[in-house]
Order: sequence, then structure tokens, then C-alpha cells
Amino acid sequence: MTTLNSKVPKGDNLSEKWSKYKEHINLVNPANKRNIDIIVVGTGLAGGSAAATLAELGYNVKAFCYQDSPRRAHSIAAQGGINAAKNYQGDGDSNYRLFYDTVKGGDYRSREANVHRLAEVSGNIIDQCVAQGVPFARDYGGLLDNRSFGGVLVSRTFYAKGQTGQQLLLGAYSAMNRQIARGKITMHNRHEMLDVVKVGGKARGIIARNLITGEIERHSAHAVVIASGGYGNVYFLSTNAMGSNATAAWKIHKKGAYFANPCYTQIHPTCIPRSGDYQSKLTLMSESLRNDGRIWVPKNIEDVKAIREGKLKPTQIAEENRDYYLERRYPAFGNLVPRDVASRAAKERCDAGYGVNATGEAVYLDFASAIQRYGKEQAKIHNINNPSESKILELGEAIVEAKYGNLFQMYEKIVAEDPYKTPMMIYPATHYTMGGVWVDYNLMTTVEGLYCIGEANFSDHGANRLGASALMQGLADGYFVLPYTIGDYLADDIRTGTISIDSKEFDDAEKEVKERLDFFINNEGTHSVDYYHKKLGKIMWEKCGMARNKKGLEEAIQEIQEVREDFWKNVKVPGSLNEFNQELEKAGRVADFLELGELFAKDALNREESCGGHFREEHVTEDGEAKRDDKNFAYVAAWEYTGKPSEAILHKEQLEFKDIELKTRSYK
Amino acid sequence: MNLTLKIWRQKGPQDKGQMVDYKVTDISEHMSFLEMMDVLNEQLVNSGDEPVAFDHDCREGICGMCSMYINGEAHGPDRGITTCQLHMRSFKDGDTIYIEPFRAAAFPVVKDLVVDRSSFDRIQHAGGYISVNTSGNTQDANSIPISKVDADEAMDAATCIGCGACVATCKNSSAMLFVGAKVSQYALLPQGQVEAADRVMNMVAQMDLEGFGNCTNTGACEVECPKGISLENIARMNREYMKATTKG
Repeated sequence: MTTLNSKVPKGDNLSEKWSKYKEHINLVNPANKRNIDIIVVGTGLAGGSAAATLAELGYNVKAFCYQDSPRRAHSIAAQGGINAAKNYQGDGDSNYRLFYDTVKGGDYRSREANVHRLAEVSGNIIDQCVAQGVPFARDYGGLLDNRSFGGVLVSRTFYAKGQTGQQLLLGAYSAMNRQIARGKITMHNRHEMLDVVKVGGKARGIIARNLITGEIERHSAHAVVIASGGYGNVYFLSTNAMGSNATAAWKIHKKGAYFANPCYTQIHPTCIPRSGDYQSKLTLMSESLRNDGRIWVPKNIEDVKAIREGKLKPTQIAEENRDYYLERRYPAFGNLVPRDVASRAAKERCDAGYGVNATGEAVYLDFASAIQRYGKEQAKIHNINNPSESKILELGEAIVEAKYGNLFQMYEKIVAEDPYKTPMMIYPATHYTMGGVWVDYNLMTTVEGLYCIGEANFSDHGANRLGASALMQGLADGYFVLPYTIGDYLADDIRTGTISIDSKEFDDAEKEVKERLDFFINNEGTHSVDYYHKKLGKIMWEKCGMARNKKGLEEAIQEIQEVREDFWKNVKVPGSLNEFNQELEKAGRVADFLELGELFAKDALNREESCGGHFREEHVTEDGEAKRDDKNFAYVAAWEYTGKPSEAILHKEQLEFKDIELKTRSYK
Repeated sequence: MNLTLKIWRQKGPQDKGQMVDYKVTDISEHMSFLEMMDVLNEQLVNSGDEPVAFDHDCREGICGMCSMYINGEAHGPDRGITTCQLHMRSFKDGDTIYIEPFRAAAFPVVKDLVVDRSSFDRIQHAGGYISVNTSGNTQDANSIPISKVDADEAMDAATCIGCGACVATCKNSSAMLFVGAKVSQYALLPQGQVEAADRVMNMVAQMDLEGFGNCTNTGACEVECPKGISLENIARMNREYMKATTKG
């Protein structure tokens, strides 16, 4: 049995661990790097930046993505920004403060040493991206602009309009392109990894399917890096791209990589509400909107009813009849409380009957006062005395448009309402998964030579992720962490030579993959893959969603098992194996979600406390806030696969907080 | 609402392909166009037929994956959006809707509505980057001040999602709007100026090699672009190209 060793460097001060570590690791001679192959699965911020950097160092990189181009990885959809402790604003930011905010924001369930390292390299990320030509927002003096995000009191978020993820991904993509042109990266677009191959206990390759021809391919390497993103689509409805899947992460779990904290799923507070049963996915509106938007529901239940019946417009409700519940409950942070707190507060109001749309699952995000404030400010700047109300609106709307224009346009296209004139409606939705494959300080999983980076791993965000820190982690892992740590491992591999794909291990893995695909095509079933995915999603949302309890979780485990059993009997996949077959792709992914969902519920059942995105109804304070149990649960739950998710074995990595005192998170 | 769909079905790149009629019923006006396609596909799977293959992923207008030609227009009738952002409220009960793949020699059909746009990637490989090492030793970001106007303009160009609507809608299947946007982003920034001449020459050469046509200033690309990339970028690329060819 594998033991958990976090490999965090011992002894030194937290702030010196990473620099000392880098000084003492083994290096690979440039001439030897040419003889070493590395596979990178996934080409978002983490995988793309890792592939580019490893190739630049001289390794031969084989990169894989399921999309038609690396530029379409779902990192592209991240909107708001990326954090870095640059203290350009002079408002008191520092590496320590970014570290502190992240550990606190994660509800003290992340690994201190990893988070500190993340804060240390954050500044480099901005320098790197600017050098690559990422057009971050600038002020009139030509310097970089910043904004603030939920959960923190400094302005440390760098942004490129509402398309920061897009610009950072295109930066990493351009770095990849440079290496593709040099022949150092071999890019495999429209390929899906369907298994990892272990030789002598080490990860030595993958089995992949060419999604256009259906051909099953073998690829070998000295190390394998998984950067395949999160598993939020286990809910069916989420803000993830439709193709985002857990297959690579789940397949390595089944081959020995422990899966950590699957119950830590972020429910993002500012999404466009669901409008009907046909809905295929949910759309996120950047959290940066909460900088200027005020969140409220009507104070009086009669007003709620009138709004739902279309007899009253939100703009007709007087100021004193509005309940700005975040400002009321959390005066210090107000609308900028962290995501888990904001999400639960919205659910609390909607559960109490104050939801403002037809389904009763929506609250208002109102920009009227920001438009007024900006309008008056602009009038002063432009020397307009006694501006008319319409002039104020015009000037104010222009500022709001410059800041959030694309988000407002997106909202208007989906909802068919003008958010400049009437408040937006928002509701929480599944967004980001903080849990993932367990990795040590080197980002290596419990399988030797198998690494996991970005959202696919578990280490940096704890039980809740602060805004603008996902992009930071993806790029930190890919550009600045993995390239060092993987070298230390590969230094022992310089005499190995090319790994053969003609071995029993590759034969066996390929056979297993083919049998599974054959099953899907030949099964004479009656229900589509989506039918099962939606069923699973419903169970997950109702029983493993924003609030969980023992009874519900036990039911969920049972129900997921039943759905899974039915799936393997009755799923229907049209088409054939050796062609472009999107239903076949989905079938494999949903089969994996049907297992992961069960482990998710089991993990949530085990964690008898509330923390971050995991809210157990049995564990609340008197005023309804989440109640953490540090005495018994300050550990990472890392699960070992044994053949059935409900029988997974729990391993605990005890978390140590030497630099930060564990405190109850309060935003009041 | 109830609709008649006329959809291009093509098994593979070598297959001849044809338009096939389908009916969908009970379509809500709040559905996105792709959700309407999901309804059709669910119907096809349940009746034992093969669903229609189409590219889609983020479904929030940013990944650039969805790529349909709807009633003769790339991404359908509305302006400034991708197909995933098109909603059924743009159609009427009883409508007949023609759905075809993006057609261009440089975008061969993979299956049904799915096309291969890797030619865009190859243009990027030819020079769509700044040659800077990912070492973490780059200079402090604020030591390269950039005027807000230039940064904003570079951002406007960088907003291109590489969906290929510009090519699909152009009578010459020209990729000049796409390449112009890429060249413009770097031309407007101080970083990467050293290799500016090589960049534009190499990217334009690759664009020609891929079989894209030339620009005749019709402007259809700008009209159909979901991200409002302006023709100004083509002009800027031409200026950059001219500069590069007359250098020295």
C-alpha cells in the first residue's frame, strides 16, 4: 500500500522552503533532456504553460487535448482576473498577505507550503504574461491596473476586460506554438487519453483515442503529466464547458493515484439562473461584478409575489423595501464576501421564499447605484455643472460598460433583458472543483512519474477557492513549479532510453480500453447517455449540492449505484467505433462521472464538519454559519481505489498550520 | 414552437454529403440554438438514428468551437454572437431553418457540421507569438509602460476567438481578418517588435499556403465576426507587411 508523504521540505522557514528546495534538487543536463519524453494531457492554463516550458527546457513533449485546438481549453472562459502580490497599488499587499488570504479563504484545508510557494511565484506570472504580449488593462500612465475580488481587502487582481482567462490562455498557447514550430512539442488535437500505462510501478505512457478516426494509439514517455481540469460536470449542469470531463483524472485514480477531497466543490454565486429543464449548461458572470453590483431581494414577500407574477418591476421597489442581505449580514466585506458565503446566503433567502424569478431561484445584482456614482464622478471630471439625470446615466453606464461590457452583453443575449436598465438576476451554480488528484509538494501523485497540475489536483485552494486564484495556480504549476520538480525526478532517467510501446503493459491497457469501447457500441440499450448524465446530475445537486446531510448523502450513494447499474445495462450508443462519434466520447465520460459521484458523496459523508464549499447541515453555528471542526478534520481525505468507489480506503494527510493560526472565518 | 430543419449530413471528408429534413417540436424560445440541436439529437438517438455531429464546447461565446452556417449566415441571423449565444426567440413557429457547416477549402469537413480548422493553428505556429523564454526571469511588468489606448486596441484585436466565421462568410474564403487580428495585437505592443517583420511575413506566407483566398475589401467578415474585430486590423496587417517587404 502506498503511504502518503507530502514531501514538504522540512525545517526551514516557510518563506525559504521553495528557494532552498530549488537550490538542492537534481538537474538534468541539457544534452540529456533531448532524450527524455514527457506526455502532457490537457492544454489549458496548467497543461499549456507546462508543455511550453518543458519543451523550452529541452524535453520532448507530447501534448494532448480533446478540443480541435489547445486554444479552446476551458481556461479560456475564465473572466475576472488573476491575483498577484505585486503591491503596485501600495495598499499593503505582500506575498505573506496573499498566502494568508488564500489559506484563510480556503477555510484552512489547503497545504501551507504549497500556498506559500504559489504566492511567491505570483508576481513572476504577471511579468511572464506581459512579456508574452498579454494585453492586461492599463491606467492612463501606462502602468498595469488592478481590481479587487471577493474575500480580500486589497486590490491585487490583474485583468484583461472580462476575458482574462482567454488572454492568459492565448499567451500560453502562443508559447506552445513557438515550441510546436521548433518541433519540441508534438501536438495531438482531438485526442482523448483513455488510460495510463504503468511499467514497473512507474507511469510510462498513455492509451489515447484519436477522436476523428477512432484509432486507439499508444504513446510512451518517461513521465506523464495530467492537466485535465476539474470534475464539475458530474452535476451535468455546471459552468464548465460541455466537454470538460474527469476521465484522465479518474483513470489514473483507478490505476493507483489517490483522489483527494472530492466533496470540495465550489458553487459560484453569480451565475445566470436556470430557465427550464432543457438547459444544457449554466453561464457564469464574473465575480468582479460584485465590486460594483449590490445584491438584494425584496424585504416583503408580497413584493416577491408581485414580481414573479410580472405585476411589479424591481426598479419600482423603494430603497427601504429592499434587503441587501450581504451588506446586512457581513458589514465588513458586504457584497465582497467569499464565494461559499455569498452562495449560501443566496440559497438561504431563496429557500425562505424570496427568490425573484419564476423558479424562485434568483436574487438581484443591481448596478443602479454604481451607475449613479460613476455618472456623478464623471460629470465632475468633465466639468459638467448640474448634470441632468439622463446625462448622469449616460456617463455612468459608459464607465460600467468599459469595466464589464462583455458580461452585460452576454447576459442580455441569454436573458433578453437590459442589465443597464434593470437589475440582473443571478443564482449559484457549480463552478470549480477544489478536490482532485492527491499530489505531494513535487506535484507528483501516489504513482511514480505521474504528475497532476492545475484544477485537476487538490493542493492549493483548500475547501473554498478565492476569486482570481485558479488562473494563478494553473500558470504557477505549469510555468514555474512543475518544470523544477519534474527535473528532480527525471534526473534518474537519463540512461533509460526510449520507452517501448511494445510491451505487455501497453497490450493490457489497450485491450481494456478497446473492450470498454466495444461494449458501448454493441450494447443494445434503450436510453441515451445524456439521460443518465442528467439523472446523476439531479442526485448530485439535490443531495451533494450547496448543503448536505447524512441521510441525503447515504441516499445519494445508493441512488448513484442504481443509476450506474442501469447505465451499464441499458445505455445506448449509436454509430461505430472507427469514426468521429461524439456519443461514444460522452458515454465513456459519463461512466467515469457515475463512479466519481459516488466517491464524492462518500467523502462528503465522512467529513463531519462544515468548511468552505462543503456545508453539512448538521454542523452549523447558532447564527447559521458553517462550523468547522479543526480538532478532528484538519486533514486531507485521500481515497485509494479498490474496485468500487463506496469501498475506497481513506488515507489522511494531517494538515499543519505553523505560520497561521486557525481561526473561525468571519467576514462580519 | 415547431420547426423544420434542413441539415447538411456528411459521413466523412470523402463522402458527398446532402441536405436532410428533420422536424422538431415544442421548442422553447428561451432555448439556445445548440439546445435545440440537443433536442433533435436526443430524438435521433432514441429512434436509433445517428445524431448530427456538431462542434461546441463552452457554450458561453468564448471558446470559438461552435461553427454553424444558419440560413446562409455564419453563427446565424443575430450580430455579434456565436451560435451558442443564438436563442430560439430569433425564430418563428413554423420556420424552416437551413443548417450547414462552415465551407472553405482550408476548412475540410470532418463530419456533418464539424470542420477542421487546424489551418488557423498552423498560421499561429508560423509566428503568432513573442519569442520569450518562460523562465520567470522576465523584467518587472511595469517596466514596460504601454499607453492605455494602445493596450485597449491590442486587447480588441486579441479578442478574436478563432472561430472562422470570417473565412466562412468571405466570398474568397480569406483569413485576413483572423491573421490581421493576430498581427495587430503584437504590432500595437512594444514587446516582440524585434521580430515584427518576420512575424507578418511568415504568417502571411502560411495563410497563403493553407489555401485561404485574398481580401477584396468586401467587409462581410467584419459584419459576421462575433467579437466585432474591425477591418482596421487588415489594414494594419497590410501596413506591417509593406513595412516588412520594403525594409532595408
